[in-house]
Amino acid sequence: MKYDTIIIGAGAAGLACGTICAQAGCAVLIIDREEQAGGILNQCIHNGFGLRYFKEELTGPEFAYKMVQKAQRSGVELALASTVTGIKKLADGTFEVRVLSAKNGVQHLHAASIVLAMGCRERTRGAIGTAGERPAGIFTAGAAQKLLNREGKLPGKSAVIVGSGDIGLIMARRLRWCGIQVNAVIEIMPYTAGLTRNVVQCLHDFDIPLHLSTSVIRINGKERVESVVAAPLDTSRKPLLQNSFTIPCDSVLFSVGLIPEMELARELGVKVNPLTCGAEVDSMYMTSVPGVFSAGNVLHVHDLVDFVAEEAEYAGKCVIDYLAGCRPVGEYSAINGSNLKYVVPSRFLPSQASRFLFRPTAVYDQAVLKAVANGNEVWHKKLSFVRPAEMIIADIPAGILKNDTTFLLEEI
Amino acid sequence: MKELICISCPRGCHLEIREQGDSWQITGNSCPRGIAYARQEVSDPRRIVTAVVPCKNPEHPFVAVRTDLPCPKAMIPGLLNRLYRTEVKKSIKNGDIVLKNVDNSGISVIVTENI
Repeated sequence: MKYDTIIIGAGAAGLACGTICAQAGCAVLIIDREEQAGGILNQCIHNGFGLRYFKEELTGPEFAYKMVQKAQRSGVELALASTVTGIKKLADGTFEVRVLSAKNGVQHLHAASIVLAMGCRERTRGAIGTAGERPAGIFTAGAAQKLLNREGKLPGKSAVIVGSGDIGLIMARRLRWCGIQVNAVIEIMPYTAGLTRNVVQCLHDFDIPLHLSTSVIRINGKERVESVVAAPLDTSRKPLLQNSFTIPCDSVLFSVGLIPEMELARELGVKVNPLTCGAEVDSMYMTSVPGVFSAGNVLHVHDLVDFVAEEAEYAGKCVIDYLAGCRPVGEYSAINGSNLKYVVPSRFLPSQASRFLFRPTAVYDQAVLKAVANGNEVWHKKLSFVRPAEMIIADIPAGILKNDTTFLLEEI
Repeated sequence: MKELICISCPRGCHLEIREQGDSWQITGNSCPRGIAYARQEVSDPRRIVTAVVPCKNPEHPFVAVRTDLPCPKAMIPGLLNRLYRTEVKKSIKNGDIVLKNVDNSGISVIVTENI
């Protein structure tokens, strides 16, 4: 047995989890296909990271640098430019990880536990089925971000951004600061998918028009994008074609959501939660395959890297407990009720304080999050400015929640 | 009355600012940063500016930089123009200064990664 744990992915989640495990004396290997550790943070050159986790405002590369330093000081081993092509559970309950790299060829590495920390990939034009032609100039927002921030390549001269996710909003400002026009941000929902502060500092600061409840119905252009056609939606969410309008542009950036990168986990037989598209986890952040843990955006999409790092640290503590022989016994289940898309984790130990994370599906200025069991309210928390873009966190002390607790959100 | 959304942290507090004689009354904030942000925003709005600048290292053709302090909005286009014409050396580390005390504003541009 070479490693106590092998972590797949050297982004914020993998580094935070690995640091905690290595500090406790575990032999930790983090594997990442990129040549540099830090994951997506390295291309997020804007500020706004770390206020919670490091108590100072940092850019993405600065946050990544601090995480890598912490990991290296703790004794974590990093295998970069290395791709995991498969994970196999052996008869004795340990794991064999197949790794491919130019340096070492194919390797089979062994570990007592696995942490899934692969993050997300972006949804594309194909995922939302945008009609029209297929010219050059169509990007996902993150791909355009990588081109611009790592390779210094401008995606075009004038852009339309489809979807109002945070990466799209951040890219709107980035494009403007590079002298590129941003003609519109088009969002199908009646509210933005990104954080309010990003709407303010990335759209309002530049007077970029935001069209809510509007759909892109066509992309035009033979060789290169020439325009997009958008139409407002009626009350039944069908495009009002008679009110459609054309916006000239030479680039289209899609910022239409993230999908947990779960292929390796699925092959391993990890049960997927259809609401998060990530793994279903218990109170120890352990998946349906004993010894396999998950944290960060591959578990569910977070708004902030600070929350990713906190969650991954907690998962790291659970890995240490698992290696010491602890197993969750006597877990209760948590169920998501009205106005909540999901609750993570879906199981908890009543004897210990638990953190739950929720994604709301409604927009409320004032709301109350309730925990209900057997028809009785057992806990509640008042919330202001609830938005689907903003995750809800609840830290609930031990001994309050009952089995089969349903969480629900109500407007007040 | 003026309404603002605080951008000091991801919480995004909805601030209300009322003029009271010579001073401002600010409500809706959850922490002192909200008060400081509102005062600054109504008198002299500033932003941290981030960008990439060309680098002589062929493996890292561009390096990420930011202003060390929030920069007055009116100064941003000129600052960016200067930055895009600045090239940094092959080997550079976190915190190295790219442009010092730009136009005597007290604001410098620093590198945010190690190459």
